Amino acid sequence: MDGADGGWCVKPPVFDYLRVDTVDEAVELLAKYGEDARVLAGGQSLLPMLNMRLAQPRVLIDITRCAGLDRISAGGALEVGAAVTQAALERRGTLQAESPLLARALPHISHFQVRSRGTVCGSIAHAEPSAELPLVLAALNGSVSLRSRKGRRELGAGAFFTGMLATARRADELVEAVRFPLAGQGERQGFSEFSLRHGDFAVVALAASVTPARIRLAVGGVDDRPRVVEWPRLSGSALDDGLNELAWSLDARNDPHASARQRRQLVRRLGRELIGVLCA
Amino acid sequence: MQASDTDFRPPPAGHIGQPLERVEDAALLRGAGRYADDVACREGTLHCAFLRSPHPHARLLEVDAREALALPGVHAVLTGEDVLRWSSPFVVGVKQPMEHWCLAVDRVRYVGEPLALVVADSRYVAEDALELIRVRYETLPHVVSIGDAIAAGAPVLHGKVGSNIVAERSFRYGEPEAAFAAAAHRIGIDISYPRNSCTPVECGVVVAEYAEQDGSYDVLSNFMGPFSLHAVMALALGVPGTRLRHRSPRDSGGSFGVKQSLFPYIVAVCLAARKARAPVKWTEDRLEHLAAATSATARQTRLEAAVAADGRITALDYDQIDECGAYLRAPEPATLYRMHGALTGAYAIANLAVRNRSVLTNKTPTGLVRGFGGPQVYFALERLMQRIAAELGMDLPELYRRNFVRTFPYRAAAGALYDSGDYAAAMSLACAQGGWEELRTRRQKARAEGRLYGIGCAAVVEPSISNMGYVSTALTAAERARAGPKSGAIATATVGVDPLGAVSVIAASTPAGQGHATVLAQIVAETLGLAPDDITVNLELDTQKDAWTVASGNYSSRFAGAVAGAAFLAAGRIRARIAGCAARELGAPQAELVFANGRIFPRGEPQRALSFRRVAGVFHWSPAQLRAGETPALRETAFWSPESLAAPDDGDRINPSAAYGFVFDLCAVEVDRDTGRVRIDRYVSAHDAGRLLNPMLAEGQIRGGFAQGLGAALYEEFAYSTDGAFLAGTLVDYLVPTACETPDPVILHMESPSPLTPLGAKGIGEGNNMSTPAAIANAVADALGVRDVTLPLTPQRVLELLGEAEPPPPAGLRQPHPAAGTNVLAAEGSVTIAASPEAVFAALTDPQSLARIIPGCSGLQGIAPDRYRAEVVLGVGPVKARYTAEIALSALQPPHVLCLEGRGESMLGAAHGKGTVRLEAAGAGTRLSYDYRTEVTGKIAAVGSRMLEGAARGVIAGIFDRLAVLLQAPAPERAPWWRRWTGRTGGGA
Repeated sequence: MDGADGGWCVKPPVFDYLRVDTVDEAVELLAKYGEDARVLAGGQSLLPMLNMRLAQPRVLIDITRCAGLDRISAGGALEVGAAVTQAALERRGTLQAESPLLARALPHISHFQVRSRGTVCGSIAHAEPSAELPLVLAALNGSVSLRSRKGRRELGAGAFFTGMLATARRADELVEAVRFPLAGQGERQGFSEFSLRHGDFAVVALAASVTPARIRLAVGGVDDRPRVVEWPRLSGSALDDGLNELAWSLDARNDPHASARQRRQLVRRLGRELIGVLCA
Repeated sequence: MQASDTDFRPPPAGHIGQPLERVEDAALLRGAGRYADDVACREGTLHCAFLRSPHPHARLLEVDAREALALPGVHAVLTGEDVLRWSSPFVVGVKQPMEHWCLAVDRVRYVGEPLALVVADSRYVAEDALELIRVRYETLPHVVSIGDAIAAGAPVLHGKVGSNIVAERSFRYGEPEAAFAAAAHRIGIDISYPRNSCTPVECGVVVAEYAEQDGSYDVLSNFMGPFSLHAVMALALGVPGTRLRHRSPRDSGGSFGVKQSLFPYIVAVCLAARKARAPVKWTEDRLEHLAAATSATARQTRLEAAVAADGRITALDYDQIDECGAYLRAPEPATLYRMHGALTGAYAIANLAVRNRSVLTNKTPTGLVRGFGGPQVYFALERLMQRIAAELGMDLPELYRRNFVRTFPYRAAAGALYDSGDYAAAMSLACAQGGWEELRTRRQKARAEGRLYGIGCAAVVEPSISNMGYVSTALTAAERARAGPKSGAIATATVGVDPLGAVSVIAASTPAGQGHATVLAQIVAETLGLAPDDITVNLELDTQKDAWTVASGNYSSRFAGAVAGAAFLAAGRIRARIAGCAARELGAPQAELVFANGRIFPRGEPQRALSFRRVAGVFHWSPAQLRAGETPALRETAFWSPESLAAPDDGDRINPSAAYGFVFDLCAVEVDRDTGRVRIDRYVSAHDAGRLLNPMLAEGQIRGGFAQGLGAALYEEFAYSTDGAFLAGTLVDYLVPTACETPDPVILHMESPSPLTPLGAKGIGEGNNMSTPAAIANAVADALGVRDVTLPLTPQRVLELLGEAEPPPPAGLRQPHPAAGTNVLAAEGSVTIAASPEAVFAALTDPQSLARIIPGCSGLQGIAPDRYRAEVVLGVGPVKARYTAEIALSALQPPHVLCLEGRGESMLGAAHGKGTVRLEAAGAGTRLSYDYRTEVTGKIAAVGSRMLEGAARGVIAGIFDRLAVLLQAPAPERAPWWRRWTGRTGGGA
């Protein structure tokens, strides 16, 4: 890339780049620009879209240097700030104990180079239906902390994800943090994914949490957003029936690489395997 | 062999044949590579961007660039008009009334076809300006499959040809009819080979300048030949070849043949530079490369074998149809002919019938892709071998053994001259070292446990050093006589020694990362008794200054056999001249001189040594000391062409390549019943490429070819929808296997030196591209117990082949829309609205309410009754495009049924949707149900195919949700199945 002669091989349309140092500044700008602005954190989805001119925001607001947004804290939940990279969360020494599901899912996100840049909140805000982090957030019944000039609100994952690349975030809101509930006593968590190559978007991804009382299973990659079901401890043919009903109930997508039918099969087969292991 | 050039034969333990580390890597690993995009451009160089068709087939009614030209920073816009004025259509080997220009002139014939080019201060501005060019298209019916293209009444791409079949020939060698009549068995197979590619990391780069004073063009690009295409470019530009200077940079990020496809872009950028009166640079991006550079030629084949009771094959009958895209672009129809003389493969089969057809479709033109022509043939032939073994209940190695060619040289039925080899020995090597018996035991055990395990083989004769005359086999003997014969494969290299005795090598091999400089240093160092480090190799090629030939370039695995051989001959001449001088000085016979460690001495008398530098210096510093008639200075250019390569004879026999190596592959796979994933348990590849010049580089070639063969077998396809949209425009859509997906093959070698190349070497670069797809497919077919398999064997295809019935949906859940599938964006939905059907119908047919429910609608205006034009913004999330759209309504049955149709174009492509809306009274309100079909082509389909169906669903559902809101429903109660269902079981989402 040689910027001097204008011969860059990337070629987004014209935009203003604004870097902010505080969340207050960020939400001021979001209030001002609304739909015309996009928040830039890791840029792992946004920049390809800009370079291909699929998205043409007038303003990018870079929040990566905002004080406090790079923090991970564990109270009742694992709270992850908007500038925390996926790699930073993956490296957290206590992650396996705090959230075995996150620990298992994170390595499935693309390749380590992407995780080194990509942020946890960015992936959730992007709401790609095949992405791992929205799935995990839905499976754990986590929440999203939204901040605007008017204040904060907290939305559960079920309310936050509204469709393909669509969320309940308003144009003036920043995803300030996300909260993943910590694993409870006696809770077992598992993750299973089928992708065409290592690091590809999931064709089907499953995240499950099992307690002595219930099975909670979340499905990604199939419908336009993560879908979650909760069952009593089903097993045997009741589990097979449940999985079949789940598979058919999803609005399964076709794409050039995987048919809806294949996705349903993966829900049934991978689901049985995953729950079998967790319930054993 | 041209022994007259040198009396030197390399000793068995010199530099040649050693796994010398690559001399190229020290620069590459330090980030000091000089790739085309790195080469400094002259000040004032402008940048350009291509406007490309979103339609598979359309007439160009108008290309209006006025607004684009008005944008500050824009210097010129090149269109079809300029191209018509300043250039000619590209010549191609088949004479038909069809024209291919560097930009579309009156019609676009594939998605991604360039039709205009903006030259601006920067690529950013050029891309901005593309959005300001107004193009009016009249869309035309298109064809995307071979079957559609040859069907009666099919839309014809080039009207004057009158058909999409642009080349057809039939051939007959021996007595195929009699052999089939006499055979105990007639066993056949139908195959189709998909469009795919080998994907260089580096895309195309062109920098071009026009000199008004002499009308010449100066080009730097990473085009890599064949340089016969230099003539095609010069003819298109209307200049003598000397006035099209082409320079190649030192380093390359890969070619695999595909950079051949740069040549039309070179011509376009040349014309842009002429129009802009400034140097112009273009760097191809990944989307442009995947969508519109090139593709391997897709093929349908019906292949039949006449087989004797003992398994001996007595005849083959091929019916091959190549799908070449929208234009027959040189060197097509060559895909059909590269293997022509060798269509009988590794087998001694005397009788052969062939019918070849080349067909055009509304897709990107095809061309050279590593393996060129080989994967298509061997996928049919080697799949057929497995079929024959299965139908005869015969052991595969035994079937191979009975049919292999045994004696060399061997003249194949259609003319190939196999120079050397021992096919049975190579197979035995693969089976013994690769564990054939062990794998069979594994298969038995796995099957006993109910697992899906299979073994496959492939035997491939690997051609190298293409005969420039083979393409003319596409012409009849009479046509060839009129056009003049073509033959040969001239290679050239130059070795020079400077006044201080330093040795340099230049060669017209335009390397693409294979390590040519390393091998040339090895060869010349060994010939001259120097160290490889002493040799400076410069492989940048300048067509105005360097020796080159029509056959020059990086293709057909020609380096080891031909170019390295030419360098060996040139070095041998230098050696002979130096030896002559040294012999006089030493008073020793020339043949007795030893060149070693930078010294020259009579055998057995190292104490009398002269330094190489001193003797070489005589040629520069004191030519008077030379023998009378001796040329002063030291520089030798050798040209070499294999004597075995003649033009096709009157019986259409053609020897398409100079050397023929051999590959025998063994592959064992296990298929996961649940996911359809194919796991390679073991892959064994035994090669005989004649003499190996550098075994480490040879292994690199095998590993690379294997990874690409694996890609073709399991992952890669340039997918198009039935709508003609290209669907594989990014590297998450076009799946290239990475290190994680590529197992470690067991690589075995044997060496049967070629008697026909100077060093006994043959090509090794393409064998696995030919063998691996067939070997993996055979293993998968064996594992699944199926007769026919289609590439790539994706999990989805494997599951379809497994054919397990799907458990039905539970009561209350519906099957999805029957039309839904991978290529058709069709679905249905419903919404309940708190208004009467009459009110809903009125709203849908009222422009004001229409403007409120259509997403991002502005400026809606009527253009006819129930027809409107508007600006519409469609998309999901941050991905949005502004379409200029036409919307049409037709009331089929007021107030119950109407049809809603929209059509528009945006910078992200073209979209068309058509749906039927049904309104039924439901309580106090209306139940609105709809079904629709959409077609999306252009950029958004190329880069967003993964999301297209979901996005279309979302956009359509959004329209009716807004309608419900507009009619003041309390809340739109859409009823997707999941919500009903999750509500019932109490789950949340």
